[in-house]
Amino acid sequence: MNEKIIVDVSHVDKYYGDNHVVSDMNLKVREGEFLTLLGSSGCGKTTTLRMIAGFEDPTSGEICIEGNPVAGKAPFERNVNTVFQSYALFPHMTIFDNVAYGLRIAKVPKADIATRVSDILELVQLEGFERRYPAQLSGGQKQRVAIARALVMHPTVLLLDEPLGALDLKLRKQMQLELKRLQRKLGITFVYVTHDQEEAMTMSDRIAVMHDGVLDQLGTPEEIYERPQTKFVATFIGETNIFEGCVNEVDTTKRISVGLENGNVTVAPQEGFRFGEFVTISVRPEKLRVSLEPREGFSLYGVVRDYIYVGSVIKCNVVLPNSNEVRFERLAGDELPKPGEVVFPYWEPDDCVLIHNRDNELYTALESIRLV
Amino acid sequence: MTLSKRGRTVRNAIYCVLVYLFLFLPIAVVVAGSFNATESRPYLTWKGFSLMWYQRLFDGSQAALMEAFGHTMLIALTSTLLSTVIGTLVAVGMYRYRFRGKALIDALLYVPVVIPEIVMGISLLVLFAQAQVPRGMLTLVIAHTTFCIPFVVFNVRARLAGYDVSVEEASLDLGANRVQTFWNITVPVLAPGIGAGALLAFTLSIDDVIISYFVNGKTSVFPLKVMESIKMGVPPSVNALSAILLLFTVIFVVLTQSDLLSRHRSE
Amino acid sequence: MGKRLRGETLAAFTMVAPAALWLFVFVAVPLIYVLGLSFCGQDEFGNAVFEFTTKNYANLLNADYLQIYLRSVLIAGATTALCVAVGYPFAYIIARTSSRHKSVFYMLVIIPFWTNSLVRVYGWKTFFSGTGWLSSVLMGLGLIDAPIDLLYTTPMTVFGMVYCLFPYMVLPLYSAIEKLDGSLIEASADLGARRSETFLRVILPLTSSGIFSGSIMVFIPCLGYFFVSDILGGGNADMIGNLIERQFQSANNWPLGAALSIMLILITIVLVRAYQRMGGDMDALGV
Repeated sequence: MNEKIIVDVSHVDKYYGDNHVVSDMNLKVREGEFLTLLGSSGCGKTTTLRMIAGFEDPTSGEICIEGNPVAGKAPFERNVNTVFQSYALFPHMTIFDNVAYGLRIAKVPKADIATRVSDILELVQLEGFERRYPAQLSGGQKQRVAIARALVMHPTVLLLDEPLGALDLKLRKQMQLELKRLQRKLGITFVYVTHDQEEAMTMSDRIAVMHDGVLDQLGTPEEIYERPQTKFVATFIGETNIFEGCVNEVDTTKRISVGLENGNVTVAPQEGFRFGEFVTISVRPEKLRVSLEPREGFSLYGVVRDYIYVGSVIKCNVVLPNSNEVRFERLAGDELPKPGEVVFPYWEPDDCVLIHNRDNELYTALESIRLV
Repeated sequence: MTLSKRGRTVRNAIYCVLVYLFLFLPIAVVVAGSFNATESRPYLTWKGFSLMWYQRLFDGSQAALMEAFGHTMLIALTSTLLSTVIGTLVAVGMYRYRFRGKALIDALLYVPVVIPEIVMGISLLVLFAQAQVPRGMLTLVIAHTTFCIPFVVFNVRARLAGYDVSVEEASLDLGANRVQTFWNITVPVLAPGIGAGALLAFTLSIDDVIISYFVNGKTSVFPLKVMESIKMGVPPSVNALSAILLLFTVIFVVLTQSDLLSRHRSE
Repeated sequence: MGKRLRGETLAAFTMVAPAALWLFVFVAVPLIYVLGLSFCGQDEFGNAVFEFTTKNYANLLNADYLQIYLRSVLIAGATTALCVAVGYPFAYIIARTSSRHKSVFYMLVIIPFWTNSLVRVYGWKTFFSGTGWLSSVLMGLGLIDAPIDLLYTTPMTVFGMVYCLFPYMVLPLYSAIEKLDGSLIEASADLGARRSETFLRVILPLTSSGIFSGSIMVFIPCLGYFFVSDILGGGNADMIGNLIERQFQSANNWPLGAALSIMLILITIVLVRAYQRMGGDMDALGV
């Protein structure tokens, strides 16, 4: 993968009044990659995108595109283009005029405009739609026009703000694949904003997970899924079981033991965790196991509550003594404990993720009086 | 040309202030004039601050003016009430039912809105003369109601655009009859539109000069009283009365604004 | 089922009939009368008598009248143009502001309506007259030596018309501009357009409906606002409205006034048709 940095967001903060929407954002977008800003609504992902596009100015910090600071440059002075959530197609212009808009503004010769527009419409499979108006197109077609209109400008970076948000599920799935193929084919850098974690996993080379204006984790889909660095990332991406507890034994060669409300569990040894520290453990349902006998290193137990059949897998809920629920998954056909039976949940020490729990209230309180 | 964002905001604010100044300057002149202690026509020279013209409004010395003002208020209230009732009914009826002649009613609704008021005024004058209806309060109320109806209809119609008829069906289904349904469901749901229409009707009625001018006969109304005196100099009691009226309408709208303003915001 | 249908019919009738009757008697019938009257002659006392004649229409071509028509159209045109020129930027600013007080800005446009328009026009007269405010202030500042009287000129009439009709231009502009999707402006900037280009290619075409309906609502009433030209123009700027008014109130030539009114109605119909041709929404005229 090309390592050239094409967009460099460094130490960017954005306030709306007293509202701290983006805080100390650092993000380097590599040339040619498909990078997704993922987070729930209000997490600052769209604001970040709009700052790159030039619709908003950072309160502090710097954004460089192709190595040049863009502070104070208007959107039309930046070689980035945006695909808007609402498509923002000009309703009074035909599809051809919409796509040709930017080229005409840039005073591209007429003949070139015609070829470039028809090439790009062919690329998004909209040949023959030139004379229609946006109101005559379906949602998916409007979406393609919006993409074509931005791509025809040959941007160095294409910014996409939840472009598939208004489409129905089936069409969205199809467009996800198409967009990904288009991006590969053209080799243009895409910065993509979405709140849909599945969409992000399907399309991205790298994902930047944002939460309350903070970039929680930046990594490949696999890294984000397998090694979440915060509790938010663990719960936001896919399904998971979360356990909160306190490290009560550290043996750097063999294991770390964590005490939970319902008993002790074991995780694989790793650097950076101290005795007495508050931690969060995330275990994916497909990694959680149950046994009918207690296992060494684990003293959790619970009662099987019910099963949900989801096609090829069966999801099973187990109620712990403190009435928390954990969930595990099995392939259909596997032998399963019966509802009402007592089981002992456990996992392979390598199959879970251990996360520092710094937002624990008790931890913060202790930290403030310098006890930890 | 290439102003900064801040520069543009300042420029815009200045521009707006100038426009509001243009809109409110004559009102300020009128209000200021109401405090003028002058006694002599044309009442233009400033003779010092006084509340005497306000006092005179209520000591009987301005009986003719107060009578005209009373007429104006009575006409405005009556025609607002009439046009609101008639307009609301027809707006809902046209929204809900199909019938022959609907397009004709629709066309007739637009006539008072688009034709110049003076044509409206003389056409009613001709009608009343032909039918030998003596011109006075009755003809004024009829004329005002006529030009107010369409504005009520348009406001109610705007509100109807997002109206789900199934709530009425639910009401009928739950045992309410048509009249109960209309009062308990239709009217409250449409209330903001009806309110806006009624307010507009009232405003148009007290503001009207041209149509009243042709159909008033010997009945004096406030605007025409002003018109008569303009050549000679308008007594500051007129200014005082205008100031009081303005104060009342502003208070009224501030008290009821939440409804009306949210209507404009949601549009 | 039969009972239900009868109930529906009764309900429909109760709701629609009052308005239908009212509009028929007080809108349709009077206009038919005016049309009839315009073909009437007069007896020796000036009373209208029916004798199918087109002489009233022939009289419309009187050279003095033609001059008044021309002046009316020029004044109404100038008024409309000024209302657009001043009102568009203003409506744009208040419709697209992100201020929390947006609705207050909107209300401030409507509030002047609550003072009678005649009284407000009189306010301007006081302001501009020789012994009025402007003169006094300018003299006080030493900018002028003798009182200036700006009244009784055609530009003053235009000024008064602009003042009276300004809100009718701003309100439709406001709703058209407010409806404009902000992301279209951003998309245009994103595709390389400068502010002026975005304005000409995107904003103006998409808000032209507001300009059209505003213009209709300013131009047509302007032709008939006789009291403005009376008070501020002092008879030097007679318009069609003044002409009609005179036929009914002093000259007592109703048939001629009716013919003039019919002409005004025809102008209105032509303009409204043109407005509909351009895709104008009739309901936008009833703000």
